[in-house]
Amino acid sequence: MKQSRWDALTSRQPALFALILLVLSIVINFILQPNMFARETLNSNMRVFLPIILMAIGQAIVILGGGIDISVGGIVSIINTVLATRVGLDGSAERMWQFVFMSLLAGIFAGAINGFFIAYLRLQPIITTYATSFLYAGFALFILPNPGGGIPANIAALYRDSTPLNLPLAFYIIAILLLVWLYISSTRYGKFLYAVGGKPEAAYETAVPVTWIRFSTYVISGLMAALAGIAITMLSGSGNADIGNPMTLNSITAVVIGGNAMSGGVGGVVGPVMGAITLGIIQNIISFANINTWWETLVKATIIVMALAAPGAINLMRRRRS
Amino acid sequence: MKRISISPPVAALMLAIILFLLSGLLPNGYGNDLNVARAQSLNILRLAVFLGVIAAGQTLVIISGFEGIDLSAGSIVTLTAIFTYVIVKGDDNKVLLALLVSLLVGAFIGLINGAGITFLKISPFVMTLGMSGVVTGAIIIANHGNVSGKVAPIMTRLIARPLSPRFPIPNALIIWFIFGFLMWLLLERTTFGKNLFAIGVNRVTAKLSGVNVTLMNLAAYSLAGALAGFGGFLVIGNTGVVLLQLGQPFLFPSIAAVAVGGTLLSGGKGSYWGTMAGAIVLTLLTSLLTTMQMPDSVRRMVLGGTLLILISIYGRQRALRQ
Repeated sequence: MKQSRWDALTSRQPALFALILLVLSIVINFILQPNMFARETLNSNMRVFLPIILMAIGQAIVILGGGIDISVGGIVSIINTVLATRVGLDGSAERMWQFVFMSLLAGIFAGAINGFFIAYLRLQPIITTYATSFLYAGFALFILPNPGGGIPANIAALYRDSTPLNLPLAFYIIAILLLVWLYISSTRYGKFLYAVGGKPEAAYETAVPVTWIRFSTYVISGLMAALAGIAITMLSGSGNADIGNPMTLNSITAVVIGGNAMSGGVGGVVGPVMGAITLGIIQNIISFANINTWWETLVKATIIVMALAAPGAINLMRRRRS
Repeated sequence: MKRISISPPVAALMLAIILFLLSGLLPNGYGNDLNVARAQSLNILRLAVFLGVIAAGQTLVIISGFEGIDLSAGSIVTLTAIFTYVIVKGDDNKVLLALLVSLLVGAFIGLINGAGITFLKISPFVMTLGMSGVVTGAIIIANHGNVSGKVAPIMTRLIARPLSPRFPIPNALIIWFIFGFLMWLLLERTTFGKNLFAIGVNRVTAKLSGVNVTLMNLAAYSLAGALAGFGGFLVIGNTGVVLLQLGQPFLFPSIAAVAVGGTLLSGGKGSYWGTMAGAIVLTLLTSLLTTMQMPDSVRRMVLGGTLLILISIYGRQRALRQ
């Protein structure tokens, strides 16, 4: 069967469509908001997008490995409530960094629980992380039953207002993570990850440590969720046990808009990062386009469905024509 | 390893009975009063009906395999509940019309889901998640703050009340038994059912043996939508009040009920009896935790933990080396 150039391009570069979508949404946003690239605006946008971007990176790796992680929102909530209650509004910087470190460990631990049940006990990922999402969200609510607490304002400002070399802090964090990913995907671990997500039976037969790879993806996802939790706590400056809940499904949508296949083994991390930014920009566009508040949810959801449907629709039309 | 030869539906049902017996020992349980025990058990069964019916559609799409899942079920429930509420307006004569509209609206949304999944190759998780957003947006517009309507007396009589004072079996339960029998007929005694299991096990072999996979997939999602629509009709008949979040709390429990009932989330194997048992277990657990007056945080953790234990017992997947 002869493959057309478009087919070849999209199968080699699943993130291509995400890039087109991102550029398109940036252009529309720029028309509606001409000062979009001013330092302040850029920074205030990127610091809001960063938590979802971080979660999307972790989610992307789990999905690449053939799983899914619905518990990430719960992990974010745990980190948020721990920081807000244990550091406090008048806590010292030292105490803050101490707890930031412990948050990372907590995220790794929560991810390891998921990984243990899914990889070693071979439970189904959706239902397992759904169950642990209750565990984590419940634990967060246990730590902080009512919204409150917080972190010192000067530390929150570090996240909110840092713009080294006139670029938002988020740019540097994203750049570092993408470099780490580029390195990882070139190592043996990266090859194993794609193999496990693509065809676990074949991977097993060629001596890929399937169980260990699966386990590790959830640990990475837990760590990324912890980073997202730290970021959103520094962004909001306060604690709320329900803060992570709505973020879970957004992180999954970002991964799919980014061109990754839900069945695993196809895609990468760059696409999902672009997907997460696109999601944020769509929200921006809607608030700038003066859409009636009643219509906001419908418009946003319709745009997202159209974005999800477009690659399939293009393929379908091409096939009809040929 | 030799598997314990107890089928998941039976195991779930036994668990429900044991849990219920144990609940009598609680300080505010039914104690020695048999009448209270009977009333309580019937009430829990009555509440399980709504989850059970909504989970029926979920069972179908999950059996159909290929990562089948319906995340739009919750919003369909809310939408058809609102439709029913508005159409009926307290008039007994319009109940059938409302039921028909509920089924059709649900089926239509399900059909769009199915079309996106089969023709545009969007993964079911993301397609139905996106659709859930669109339907929620539509609900917000349709609701516009408040809707005027009323449930008809005959609906309350048929859904919320018991059969007769001397024979206090809730009508909803009788509806559920008939419904369960029809579901059993559909899954076990029709070509549709056979084909559904066939495409769930392996789409390629099913197609080669002459099953119209595309049509089956469309039918499965449409039927799932229609059943969620029926669920919405029943729920509003029970509560009598419209809420924007009426259906959403049923969504993930409906998936959990399917999993607890022993239906494989990867498709091809399962039963509606299992889902019924799963719905009873989950409803029982939730109401037990409520009677025990646990704080919300502990309730969530216990629910998550129990779910994890339940699926660890028989939700395990085959090892790769087998």
